Amino acid sequence: MVAFEQQQTIAPGPSAQQASTPRDELKAARSAYGVDSAFSSQQQSLHRQEAPPFYDEMTGRDGMIRPHYQDYAQWLHHTPGERMARKRQEADALFRRSGITFAVYGDEAGAERLIPFDVIPRIIPLEEWQKLATGLRQRVKALNTFLHDIYHEQAILKAGLVPARQVLGNTQYREEMRGVNVPNDIYAHIAGVDLVRAGAGEFYVLEDNLRVPSGVSYMIENRKMMMRLFPELFVRHRVAPLEHYPDLLLDTLRTVAPKHSPDATVVVLTPGSFNSAYFEHAFLAQQMGVELVEGQDLFVSNQHIFMRTTQGPQRVDVIYRRVDDDFLDPLAFRPDSVLGVPGLLSVYRAGNVTLANAIGTGVADDKSIYPYVPDMIHFYLGEEPLLNNVPTYLLRKPDDLAYTLEHLAELVVKEVHGAGGYGMLIGPAATKAEIAAFRTRIRAAPEKYIAQPTLALSACPTFVESGIAPRHIDLRPFVLSGDTIRFVAGGLTRVALKEGSLVVNSSQGGGTKDTWVLEG
Amino acid sequence: MLSRTADHIFWMARYMERAENLARLLDVNSRMLLMPQTPQEIQQLWLATLDTIGLLESYGQQQGTVAPDQVAHYLALDRANPGSIFSCLQLARENAHAVRGTLTSELWETINTTWLHLHRYQAAKLDVGELAAFFEWVKLRCHQFRGVSIATMMRDEANYFLRLGLFLERADNTARILDVRYSELAAAPRPNEAGEYYQWSALLHSLSAFETYRKVYHDLITPARVAELLVLHIDMPRSLAYCTAEVAAHLESIANPRSRETRRQAGELASSLRYGRIEEVLEQGLHAYLTRFIDKTNALAERIAADFLLPTGPGVSAENSKMAQGVEATTAALLTAL
Repeated sequence: MVAFEQQQTIAPGPSAQQASTPRDELKAARSAYGVDSAFSSQQQSLHRQEAPPFYDEMTGRDGMIRPHYQDYAQWLHHTPGERMARKRQEADALFRRSGITFAVYGDEAGAERLIPFDVIPRIIPLEEWQKLATGLRQRVKALNTFLHDIYHEQAILKAGLVPARQVLGNTQYREEMRGVNVPNDIYAHIAGVDLVRAGAGEFYVLEDNLRVPSGVSYMIENRKMMMRLFPELFVRHRVAPLEHYPDLLLDTLRTVAPKHSPDATVVVLTPGSFNSAYFEHAFLAQQMGVELVEGQDLFVSNQHIFMRTTQGPQRVDVIYRRVDDDFLDPLAFRPDSVLGVPGLLSVYRAGNVTLANAIGTGVADDKSIYPYVPDMIHFYLGEEPLLNNVPTYLLRKPDDLAYTLEHLAELVVKEVHGAGGYGMLIGPAATKAEIAAFRTRIRAAPEKYIAQPTLALSACPTFVESGIAPRHIDLRPFVLSGDTIRFVAGGLTRVALKEGSLVVNSSQGGGTKDTWVLEG
Repeated sequence: MLSRTADHIFWMARYMERAENLARLLDVNSRMLLMPQTPQEIQQLWLATLDTIGLLESYGQQQGTVAPDQVAHYLALDRANPGSIFSCLQLARENAHAVRGTLTSELWETINTTWLHLHRYQAAKLDVGELAAFFEWVKLRCHQFRGVSIATMMRDEANYFLRLGLFLERADNTARILDVRYSELAAAPRPNEAGEYYQWSALLHSLSAFETYRKVYHDLITPARVAELLVLHIDMPRSLAYCTAEVAAHLESIANPRSRETRRQAGELASSLRYGRIEEVLEQGLHAYLTRFIDKTNALAERIAADFLLPTGPGVSAENSKMAQGVEATTAALLTAL
């Protein structure tokens, strides 16, 4: 188990434009990355031969520093490599001391792993963020409406826009939620929407995380760390603040309490201190000033949820749960689960406690549902989608299947229910034999697969062993839905630290960066 | 406050305090080795030490012979020994980790840093000098733990449960150290006075009471006064009287409708020490007195668990209690055998 569960699945590929870079541009590109000596020869040769086949967040194709990076690039240019290296070590030591780590229990050395933190920020100009924010608002609103709809009237299924079979036959569809009313009709109170920027600089939604998206604590800790390591940078830049996220979260959770009251008792439910994301659970509970509970701390009495305290039982109104649906209630779901609370579901269905996120949100972030999100936006909101979906071919459709089979060498093919990058074909990186084998598997059961074009993820300068070099990144903003939609500017930027790698997951050598939305 | 949270804080404090008292005990032993002694005397010293903390039996099963540096390592850094300093600090950290959000970040970082640095002492067997430095380090880290808790924590339930665990553990540990050393020393006074002086002063040193003794009595070290200082002196921060007074006071602060009888028993125990006379204590025999005292503190700990910490349900709390009971049981058996 790792903190960021969802696997990044956009594969490397040739960029649309492959302009060669003149020599004078090389200089600009190098200065963009600050320290000449920090470049490995490998990096230099890369730049000498051609423009990188991806969008570089700091340097334009013309070799010029992008306007929003100019101040930073200048600062970086004047900052010796040793200082950066020292700051990175300092960050490691501080993260270790405060235990912002993955638990690796039973490890002989007693070591706990750090998620690598990169000291170079990812910068987004305000106008660009505002466009993204509007798009996120729209998308999450549509997803919540969709969830309400499929557990009630099912208008979108009746209209034939989404095949009923895809929804009702989905393992993540929870029959127990049919007809259950939740406060404000909100299901995904906390949504983590993974965005990537492709070759021409345009953003795509890679996936929506509507179950228990994680990583927000790293977003905040990264900011605190940057302010501690490089206070001078925050004097030079007007960076939108984001440390108030826990306040927004608490506000949001209170607005969806069963009987909306400002003094609703909110708790965070964790699987326990051995869970890899435990730091985040403890962090959020502490920052909100609420109890961090485990299943064993809660019990059902008289159709309400109570927690065991030193002063006797105390009623709980809202549970921000970081436990998966399957483990929430052994009476309703997995009977062997000790992480949940027996009887929780019946209290929930009676409307006496709010779960955030609701049970059964997984059906809306499934790969087979993803292609329909633009349709949902049209259908429920009557608007044009503002964020791009990655074009997706559904191989159960004959046309899509025929196209895919002809273009396997260019496409990424994924299993509908696959996760973690397994059962997947990355056309441009695959051998002829692999493609042939996959072709047979697709033909046998086309409905099990989807296909997407191969995107080149954008890259951001990153401090690595060999110096400063571009590494691929994504962005996970966190969208909060209660009586209204709230979020902080930015999100968590994950970075694939291995050269050329597009896998940003922390389990596979991924790290994180501070994300700056520049206010002017 | 969640019962489970209170339980973790209570045990975190107990394990930190236990680690410190172990370090104190072992430190004094190591110093005693520098005195002229026969091998039998040295052996006896270590046997008594193992006995004090209830680990004589498990040590015998694992190691067989009693070699000073072996025992020291077993008690200090052996991670297979659940009663070692290493294990205590590890358990303290595990309990703290489970409630890190309730602790101030400075307190959590203090405990976490202690645990991280602890692994530095794992590499090789330590020689006498390195062991002394290790014990000193443990004491300092525990001082820091308490200092940071006092300086940064709200005076709320979390703080009260922390102090409750700390003073219950200290009461128990002081009683055990005093019991084994005192019976041994008072029963077989050494023929030469110098030797006796060092034995008694070692006992006082291990409880940070040597200078206090001088200050309070301005006189020679006598067994009765040592007992009086460590049992009844209300201003001596490691005495039974002081520790039980703290326990009773913190129980008042966290009182709930269930805890009436627990408060009464704690108050009774504290009063009996507050107003006790050493002559009466010695008349019934210090060993018998201390045995009863340890039983009473154990009973109090059980009542606290039932009233506040473990209304129902398993968890780490159950593990904590089990481990504690294991140690109690062995010790109880040994004490009766003495």
